[in-house]
Amino acid sequence: LEGITFDLGREALPEEVAAWNIDIRPDGQGLPVGSGDVWTGEEVYIENCAMCHGDFGEAVGRWPVLAGGWDTLTHEDPVKTPGSYWPYLSTVWDYVHRAMPYGQAQSLTDDEVYAITAYLLYLNNLVDDDFELSNENFTEVRLPNEDGFFMDDREEGEIPAFSEEPCMENCKDSVEITMRATILDVTPEEEEAEVTEA
Amino acid sequence: MKPSRRSFLTGAAAAGVGSVAATVAKGQTAPDPAITELQDWQVYLGDGVDAAPYGMPSKHESHVVRRTVEWLTADNVSSINFTPLHELDGIITPNGVCFERHHGGAAEIDPAEHRLMINGLVDKELVFTMEDLMRFPRENHVYFLECAANTGMEWAGAQLNGCQFTHGMIHNVMYTGIPLKLLLAEAGLKTNAKWILPEGADASAMTRSIPIEKALDDCLVAFKMNGEALRTEQGYPVRLVVPGWEGNMWVKWLRRIEVGDEPWHHREETSKYTDLLEDGTARRFTWEMDAKSVITNPSPQAPLTHGPGYTVLTGVAWSGRGTIPRVDVTLDGGKNWHQARMSGPSLNKSMHRFYFEFEWDGKPLLLQSRAHDSTGYVQPTKNQLREWRGENSIYHNNGIQTWYVNEKGEAENVEIS
Repeated sequence: LEGITFDLGREALPEEVAAWNIDIRPDGQGLPVGSGDVWTGEEVYIENCAMCHGDFGEAVGRWPVLAGGWDTLTHEDPVKTPGSYWPYLSTVWDYVHRAMPYGQAQSLTDDEVYAITAYLLYLNNLVDDDFELSNENFTEVRLPNEDGFFMDDREEGEIPAFSEEPCMENCKDSVEITMRATILDVTPEEEEAEVTEA
Repeated sequence: MKPSRRSFLTGAAAAGVGSVAATVAKGQTAPDPAITELQDWQVYLGDGVDAAPYGMPSKHESHVVRRTVEWLTADNVSSINFTPLHELDGIITPNGVCFERHHGGAAEIDPAEHRLMINGLVDKELVFTMEDLMRFPRENHVYFLECAANTGMEWAGAQLNGCQFTHGMIHNVMYTGIPLKLLLAEAGLKTNAKWILPEGADASAMTRSIPIEKALDDCLVAFKMNGEALRTEQGYPVRLVVPGWEGNMWVKWLRRIEVGDEPWHHREETSKYTDLLEDGTARRFTWEMDAKSVITNPSPQAPLTHGPGYTVLTGVAWSGRGTIPRVDVTLDGGKNWHQARMSGPSLNKSMHRFYFEFEWDGKPLLLQSRAHDSTGYVQPTKNQLREWRGENSIYHNNGIQTWYVNEKGEAENVEIS
């Protein structure tokens, strides 16, 4: 079937592509014309976001934390926020626009998304309170952990290490149980516990 | 569940309750009423052929269901449930118990109103209806879909008691679908087409960046699973199939594929599905699911109820990089290993079934399974993985699982030296 086409489907109209083509890239590709400042962002955020994410991005209950967590990535319980972990601001704009508020997705205007993004930058101590974010200055903003990521390197290290023929007989002198799930006792129908996110 | 008279008389545990019989009488002293008494089903007529136009399992199998762990997520809409692996056999997961993972709930879509768009770096941006898609050549393949977070709760130690919960974010079904390369060829790829961005039609509008090499290799746009339409919760009417790669990329309710020259670095490949290491840096684009296995029986939800004697141990193994030619099993916590018996089809990037039959002497067991894939990779221990990654990477935990089985046949999730 190589090289064959079937003349199926139809050409997409420009309005149809525009309606669905909402994705943003780190280099700003896809950003609509618009702007929003920190104080407008605070108003929009308090109205649409704070009930789950807290007035200052600190989160209510189990909902995601959106601010802080600096220097916790090496801790036992890292706090991953746009300020502490996310590499690109474009991801904030794209995700808020495509999927938030949770249960009311795609209800925010472009300017509201700019404003919320500006407010989240402010909550993460990355801009001053008079900051205005727009499609013009968007790519000038860099997040602290941009260089914190690297391409999957399992092929270089782990895979060779785990590709040796393993021991089959008399591999150990003794075996001890070092941890038991029943001690923790958090399997369903049991009480709640603080754990890693799924 | 009410035990049957027979199990009550012999002391054997009722299925699924998890209590364990101390002993089973070998010699029958009194006649068995299951034989000597006339049973209802021998006397009265059963249901007619029109009683169930779409059949369900026997009521005696009502415990074979997906289950959730409420404390794992903030709500049950952006959440996960688990396949009852300990109740299944062979390699095909029944559609009704295939685990679910949604980010905006399971979208209910009228297929007549569903569209698939291809846009971006193509000669011709296209829109397909479901009717259009049904006219493309199709292929059939069996693949596992494993959530990147499967076994993620076990990074810091033994936590959940049952293979449904430790390993159940996986299913393995036969997909019928269109090779993605045919759809991309229909639009015509430009020479700088290096990545695609599939997107879902649900309220989370899920997106992931996938390199064009994978898109043109073995990805499918699938509309059937195990012979019937995709279940709503599995992406009806169409989903992406990305063989061997983490489940998050298998975009459900697929509405659009954008073609681009760079990855998008969206939320599900930056904030999520990146693997934090001990030094505070993180791996991105950890797509392949490495070789993995688990013993499903015995296991915490499936104790040994028959006492000492001939015992069937079974489990599943899979690899995102090929097939599983071999699985080793230990009964003594890794002092000595035995090659398990592989049974049934061995398919690329699919689940495999293994068995190990042995004579149980009634003494405690420390059970483990260790998968070898067709590349020569051997499933590592959890501690080997922790040496490379620490305990905070959340995803891609394919470490060897240990079950401790006591003299009563009860099994527990443990870690060992």
